[in-house]
Amino acid sequence: MKVKESVQRVCHTLLALYTHRLCKRIVMGCVAFPSFISAQELVLPQDSIIMINLDEVIMISAQKAFNFHKQAKPLSSLDEFLESSKKVAMVKRGGYAWEPTLNNMFSERLSVTIDGMRIFGACTDKMDPITSYVDASNLSKAHIASGQQGAKHGNTIGGAIDLELDKSNFRNTGFRGGVESGFEGNNQQSIIGGELNYSGAKFYADTDIIYRKAENYKAGGDKEVLFSQFTKYNISANIGYKLADDNAITASFIFDEARDVGYPALPMDVSSAQAIIGSLRYEQDSLWGRLHHWNSKLYMNTITHVMDDTNRPDVAIHMDMPGWSDTYGFFSEARLNGNINKLMFKVDGYYNRSLAEMTMYPQDPNEKPMFMLTWPDVRTANGGIYVEDELSLKGSSLKIATRIALQNQNVADEFGLNSLRIFYPEMEASKTRFLKSISGQWHKMWMPWHLNAGVSYGDRAPSVTEGYGFYIFNSFDNHDYVGDPGLKNEKSMEVNAKLSYEKPKFNISAEANFFHIPDYIIGVVDPSLSTMTLGADGVKLYRNLEYARLFNTALESEYSLLPELKWTGFISYHLGGDSEGENLPFISPLSYRSALQYDKNTFSVAVKMSGATKQVNYNPEYGEDQTLAYTVFSISLGKTFYMNNDSVMAKFGVENIFDKEYSTYTDWKNIPRMGRNIFLTLTYSIK
Amino acid sequence: MKTIKIILATFILSMGAISCSKDDGSAIIEENPMAQFNMVSQMEANGHTIELYTEGEGFTTGYNEIYIRIKDNDRETYFADPEITWTPMMHMQTMMHSGPKSLLSTTENNTVLKGYLVFQMAGKAEEYWELTLNYKVDGTDYTASKTIDVNHPTDGKQKVTTFTGSDNVKYVLAMVSPQKPKEGLNNMAAVLYKMESMKEFSLVENYTVTLDPRMTSMGNHGSPNNKDLTYDATSQMYQGQLSLSMTGYWKLNLKVLNDSGELLKGEDVTEDNEASSLYFELEF
Repeated sequence: MKVKESVQRVCHTLLALYTHRLCKRIVMGCVAFPSFISAQELVLPQDSIIMINLDEVIMISAQKAFNFHKQAKPLSSLDEFLESSKKVAMVKRGGYAWEPTLNNMFSERLSVTIDGMRIFGACTDKMDPITSYVDASNLSKAHIASGQQGAKHGNTIGGAIDLELDKSNFRNTGFRGGVESGFEGNNQQSIIGGELNYSGAKFYADTDIIYRKAENYKAGGDKEVLFSQFTKYNISANIGYKLADDNAITASFIFDEARDVGYPALPMDVSSAQAIIGSLRYEQDSLWGRLHHWNSKLYMNTITHVMDDTNRPDVAIHMDMPGWSDTYGFFSEARLNGNINKLMFKVDGYYNRSLAEMTMYPQDPNEKPMFMLTWPDVRTANGGIYVEDELSLKGSSLKIATRIALQNQNVADEFGLNSLRIFYPEMEASKTRFLKSISGQWHKMWMPWHLNAGVSYGDRAPSVTEGYGFYIFNSFDNHDYVGDPGLKNEKSMEVNAKLSYEKPKFNISAEANFFHIPDYIIGVVDPSLSTMTLGADGVKLYRNLEYARLFNTALESEYSLLPELKWTGFISYHLGGDSEGENLPFISPLSYRSALQYDKNTFSVAVKMSGATKQVNYNPEYGEDQTLAYTVFSISLGKTFYMNNDSVMAKFGVENIFDKEYSTYTDWKNIPRMGRNIFLTLTYSIK
Repeated sequence: MKTIKIILATFILSMGAISCSKDDGSAIIEENPMAQFNMVSQMEANGHTIELYTEGEGFTTGYNEIYIRIKDNDRETYFADPEITWTPMMHMQTMMHSGPKSLLSTTENNTVLKGYLVFQMAGKAEEYWELTLNYKVDGTDYTASKTIDVNHPTDGKQKVTTFTGSDNVKYVLAMVSPQKPKEGLNNMAAVLYKMESMKEFSLVENYTVTLDPRMTSMGNHGSPNNKDLTYDATSQMYQGQLSLSMTGYWKLNLKVLNDSGELLKGEDVTEDNEASSLYFELEF
């Protein structure tokens, strides 16, 4: 009886969430959830990736041969893989290095990690989200966690994306190799890659190399988008050695470089963006007492990003804007399983150095170059402790997680410090912040119904740009931005709920989350200030708004019409507003996706549709204009051929079949998306 | 190793402290107090050598801080507490005029006097500056004079300006600091003199010098948090704050207002008017 009541109540609440735009009511509605905690048998699906978290896991290239059919476009970029996620939207400034957003929040509100390693982009203009320094070819999965559920690797507001490197992990597979190549018609992108792996019970070594080169792409209607070319190569290696049966040491190394990358939505391009990412890990099955799965890692990465406008015509003043970001870090984690409790402890720390310069060359060669530091060599030291506990309660499970961290930021460069003191004469070079996060996520199941609900609180420190940026130009709203080291921590109070009905042939789920974010950090115009960038409309200072509120909701369904034929559908709606009732920028309009996928033996076909309605809630103050509705279609066909032990997998597809000219709300300055694109990939794998 | 370093450092420091101390009242000084300065001119007269020092390479147009000592050639010592007055004179082809000057006062070292001169223009072959000193040592009055070289600053930037105000008075405005501009907020100082006659300049008090620095090579953008220069009676200079948000060439647009706030010279920088007729320049 109780079950029925609860379900009704949830449905009712969710309905309320959909109908009420204003968020106060949503909070009330979600807080009125306690009635869910009632005694029922809990059956967690063993191999489900949903589990207690509302995580989403995107399979990228784990066990390629096995997964091949499921991927519409096997050699697509990581950005495209992430875009296929339901929660992630990609902000595009060109054909390369898209910036992931989660719950309509950008990098500074997210924790983006590679195998748990903290890495920070070196570009003040966000040309290098860290997802641009890996390649889909050396990743196995992307774990996407929403809100405070992503606090494992760092403080966050919007959530976390952790990219998992593809490793053989002592599987007894011996030597394996593969060659892959792909071609995309629209931007004449050619992709060529290879891998060679050895894996045994005691030792494994994986190596991988990939090269991608693309020319300018063409938007719908065959319109060339100038400065959208890119070249990238990535080399990676993973090695593991078992010291004993219960412990192993592993190392990973990635070298990634992109050259001649155009950013059509920005006034500058990148001649080189280079990352070296390395780590050393020690794993041991048991530690002392009942602690087990002890896993410790030391890592370092260094990024050099060279931004300039050498190739742009009619530049009033030539500029060089290189940036550097080096990070050194560690973490150590262990698990403890009790009868009811499944605990995980993690300590972590990192030290990052972010420095970016701007040199402008006056047209009069006798004049000295103009120079400033846009990131004044900010040294961030962060140490934290994370504890989570999964409690198996009677009939339900509850996960409680908390993170506390201490973060110090220090401006190491005197020149940069003096720059900032123009605005903040009393500012100290060093600032320490205390950060915290606590979340509770509850999962209840009455077959075939599932309910997930969570409440959490967390905060974050301002990013380097928000705290210390100096006249960083934002081409989106055409303003120069100056940071404020005295900003308050941004806080987040979040509630989420997901109700799903899951049967083997059919499932449907509805979910929603709501964020109340006090001290929301955003740029606010200061009309008294004079712009530095030629042609800019004004200067914005980062400020804490009283609060902002974000609401995201989605409805998703999957239906197997036949054992080989599956239909999926997804629809989402989002709202975001500030304390003045104004719209926040980059909030998605109603968007939808639908796909039909046919898989039989070695053959697969997928037809997909995606689109969005006209954007209604946008804000010209932030440089936004209305994005129009669009719908695009794509199709892909795949076939695997076997020759003895080896196999050749071929995939052919057409994206944006009707060559629609469109842009989405995440497209920087409305740069149009790619028009019709025909791709072909071939993967030859040797066992 | 570390301990040794600390001991060594302490030792060197204490040595420095000892050698820097001196006996007050004694005219004979072993340490050269002018070691950090450049001797830019020497006058031989009356059995004395008069030494003139500046921080820079020589006399330049604009504000010059000058140190003077007088040596007794026989005794090879410097006179303590000399009384000196000075007069710079520009000898032009058709006329002569002086320039603004301060009084000379003793420094920590009683053989060294300090003051400043403002040169409105550079010297040339036929037109030159002559400096005359009237001084009293050991109870006797002497006079000495010498032609001095005054050049434009090596960076060629304008650090002094002579103008006729809307009150029909001639003024000389010279930038005192920053001598070495740095990124960020700089203390800015200037001196303003009224030209009473060709030979007489008087300090102007309680006017205001407004400040609007602009980067002319980059859209003529300004910088935040500048403070207009106001008169400071202690230093007898106009003091304000100059904000330099990046390196490069800056034009410091100025306006001079009198004590009742009336504009004497200079214009606002606007869309249509990219610079004031009254300005200083700097580049770093």
